[in-house]
Amino acid sequence: MIVAKRKPFDEIKDFLKDYKKVLTAGCGTCVAVCLAGGEKEVSVLNAELDMARRLDNKPIELGAITIERQCDREYLEALDSMVEGYDAVLSLACGAGIQFLAERYPEKPVFPGVDTTFIGVNQDVGWYEERCRSCSSCVLGMTAGICPVTMCAKGLYNGPCGGTNKGSCEISKDQPCAWYMIYERLSKQNRLDNILKITPVQDWQNQKPRTVIQPGYKTSENSAEK
Amino acid sequence: MRLDYPSNIKIIRVPCTGKVDVMHLLRAIQKGADGVYAVGCLEGACHYNEGNLRARERVNHVRRLLEEIGIEGDRVRMYNLSSGEGPTFAAYAREMAENIKMLGPNPLKKH
Repeated sequence: MIVAKRKPFDEIKDFLKDYKKVLTAGCGTCVAVCLAGGEKEVSVLNAELDMARRLDNKPIELGAITIERQCDREYLEALDSMVEGYDAVLSLACGAGIQFLAERYPEKPVFPGVDTTFIGVNQDVGWYEERCRSCSSCVLGMTAGICPVTMCAKGLYNGPCGGTNKGSCEISKDQPCAWYMIYERLSKQNRLDNILKITPVQDWQNQKPRTVIQPGYKTSENSAEK
Repeated sequence: MRLDYPSNIKIIRVPCTGKVDVMHLLRAIQKGADGVYAVGCLEGACHYNEGNLRARERVNHVRRLLEEIGIEGDRVRMYNLSSGEGPTFAAYAREMAENIKMLGPNPLKKH
């Protein structure tokens, strides 16, 4: 899931300082699950904004809606009739959702209410950890299911490096060495030969936004865009 | 026991303080309450294991949120006692009322 953090309140308040009628739009998928931008977080933020603006003698009228997904036109459509009536929109979706919303209403100022942080897992209620950097060339098959791009401080596709130190990384004793973990797990699975395989370096330069068209979904329209 | 506690306190009963949400506390202040406090079981003695610990975390969160927007965080507090401690309940009620009197009315009432 995509994990996000609520932006500092002062930053959000500053975005909205010139607007009197704002729609706060939550997203009911990833950011709702990670407790940053769902229906409840929309209510809390609106309550804060309402109180803060009343104290400043600059009351604000706030609308609230949480749609299933802001990264999907099918659901964004529900906002069409609402957005017109507001001066600005505050979106609590991830960066993708916010952009898709802003793209749909190019005349309307759209502001982010969260900082999109990573793709991660749920360790406990409210506790999330990063696991994937969406690098587009997954090596988990060779690395016993441990991602070196995310878990190794250097993001090395081939490791370990000289900085590995009794299971820890050279940057900190508290940071486990990803390649040590990979070695241990491959060893237990009798697949240690995998660690000798060389993965070509990733070309991180000149990256442009990526597009995925799933097999069986190619049309003349979307393949032309590619 | 016929104990007295300040009459300006309105009690809202919940099955466990774990039921008390950030929004409940925030809405109370937003609607003009001068203060709001949660009274839960003693820590370590929650019938649901950690309801009161979750409540404390939420109370602390709301205190921070209020400070962020310019309202005294101390308008929101958490107290713990066992259900057999009537006199402590009354004492905490008096303490909270005194605390709120010192802070004065909810600043939102002027706006």
